[in-house]
Amino acid sequence: MTETLTGAQITVRLLERQGIRTVAGIPGGAILPIYDALGQSTEIHHVLARHEQGAGFMAQGIARATGMPGVCLASSGPGATNLLTAIADAKLDSIPLVAITGQVPKAMIGTDAFQEVDTYGLSIPITKHNFLVSSAEELLEVIPRAFQIAATGRPGPVLVDIPKDVQTQAIEISQWPEPGRALPAPTANPVQIEQVAEMINAAERPILYLGGGVVHSGASTAAIELAEKASLPTVMTLMALGTMPVDHPLSLGMLGMHAARYTNFLLDECDLLIAVGARFDDRATGKVAAFCPQAKIIHIDIDPAELDKIKTAHIGIAADISEALGQLLPAVAENSRDIWVDRSNQLKAEFPLDMTGSDNPRSHFGLIQSVAACLDDEAIIATDVGQHQMWAAQAYPLRRPRQWLTSGGLGTMGFGVPAAIGAALAERERTVVCFTGDGSIMMNIQELVTAAEENVNVKIVLMDNATLGLVHQQQTLFYGERLFASQFRSSPDFIKIAQGFGIAAVDLDSSVNPCATLMEAISRPGPCLIHASIDAEQKVYPMVPPGAANRDMIGA
Amino acid sequence: MNAITKNEQNAITRAVLEIDVNNHAGVMSHVVGLFSRRSYNVEGILCLPVGDGRQSRIWLLVNEDQRLAQMMKQVGKLEDVIAIRRHNADHAVFQDLETFFRP
Repeated sequence: MTETLTGAQITVRLLERQGIRTVAGIPGGAILPIYDALGQSTEIHHVLARHEQGAGFMAQGIARATGMPGVCLASSGPGATNLLTAIADAKLDSIPLVAITGQVPKAMIGTDAFQEVDTYGLSIPITKHNFLVSSAEELLEVIPRAFQIAATGRPGPVLVDIPKDVQTQAIEISQWPEPGRALPAPTANPVQIEQVAEMINAAERPILYLGGGVVHSGASTAAIELAEKASLPTVMTLMALGTMPVDHPLSLGMLGMHAARYTNFLLDECDLLIAVGARFDDRATGKVAAFCPQAKIIHIDIDPAELDKIKTAHIGIAADISEALGQLLPAVAENSRDIWVDRSNQLKAEFPLDMTGSDNPRSHFGLIQSVAACLDDEAIIATDVGQHQMWAAQAYPLRRPRQWLTSGGLGTMGFGVPAAIGAALAERERTVVCFTGDGSIMMNIQELVTAAEENVNVKIVLMDNATLGLVHQQQTLFYGERLFASQFRSSPDFIKIAQGFGIAAVDLDSSVNPCATLMEAISRPGPCLIHASIDAEQKVYPMVPPGAANRDMIGA
Repeated sequence: MNAITKNEQNAITRAVLEIDVNNHAGVMSHVVGLFSRRSYNVEGILCLPVGDGRQSRIWLLVNEDQRLAQMMKQVGKLEDVIAIRRHNADHAVFQDLETFFRP
């Protein structure tokens, strides 16, 4: 049957066919035809953000929680520029995202028209790919391809810029394209897998180094099986937290700048590093020349450009991690590796993470652990960026992949609240906690009203030290204690702010029994802000000074 | 395209890259922007459509350093890049153009 549809209707229909059920965005002149069509859709729920960056992070929250591409919408000009930070964030953390922006009509492109900006040009460096659509027919190819590209191989954001006249152009449609899905990933070369197995079998002091690619590939079970079979002590990047439960006997937690001392010390001694879906980021490696100095390196990653980029690998395999580990598992010999595992346990006992005060729910670690005590592993933990993020990474007992949503590569303050809303929209049955700071929450605080409007089950734990904590920390440690522009001289009343935006709020400061208050706030359905003052003098320790070797940690 | 002198340039080992791309507006930005973004200098650029015009070929003259292999991998990841081949600096494509670039 032939239908006559506009570009806008085609776009919405293609999103429906793609299986998209929730999108976040803000309308504006140049995307109104799409909004008009979206308003007629019975399948897609549109979440009205209050800033386009919030919409971008909500789409990211959906993508990070489910693994499927998230979709956000914005108008031309400022709408599009406001999306850019969220798109760049998705690029650095390899998150599948499809951003659809309205553009001025084709005939007006290049005339400095009202709300015209070169969205295509602006988004080139921060997308995996981008499109400027020139006809309604082209949408039939571009939209499915955008989803295919976002999900294939190393995931990433794709932007589709659609001029207004393309949205209103009507064409006849008799056949719909297949939805865009991830293409099959390259498989690992069996000869190389055999060599990897031999290296692991021959190693005396191997360490498994897991990155966010393990989450994207759905390979956490395979990674744990490999670690257990060959007795591999395992470190995780910030992005990989949760892939191995933190209390697994082989887990060494997070590596790098804010790792426990034992983690970085053991890495210093390893003779084989098996990097899986990790990219040797500077916050993980510290000074690269001093990272695992005695180790041979095996590197498995779906992106061939990551191999040999920072560290030259003895064996580099460009393949899907699940597939590669599936081949590797039977070839690796069972080995209890007693001496090395004993050494690992000895360092753990000798140089533990100092969590002094964690029995006090008014301390930073105590608050995080008290929140964890109110929840099970089904909860989703989102964070903003700063000290609270690193403390949560160190102290929250993460036990499953996709439990942990954090802005790793770009480190974007303002990520937490909208990402948590997105996750809660995608996974309605879960409780979503967002650890945030007073600096971060102010960067997207307008989305509190979106949380109220959508009545999402999001608990925002605001760790308020009235400072930009990590800046304060660096100025204290490395800039002669010259504190400048890192302390807020005026702070809002966050309880009134939350209530003003229409969500419940509790203050642990004035609570006689903070644990009970916390439990009550977390158990009550719907959005809630939980405010807790913390000591501004507390540091994230240990810390590898920027540019130093990981063994040279300071503090605690 | 950079500030070093002709003599210095001659002392640097060069490479010529031949890149087949889909021919549409924006592809040049994707390819050339990738080099500048990763602070890899491009000394010369040539681009013309090939055959029926659905594809173009971009020729780049670049200085060769240890990052070239990484750059080629990054170029290879671009959706609109069909193939990338590397040639030595003595490739004819740029040499024949010298008459147009006399001071």
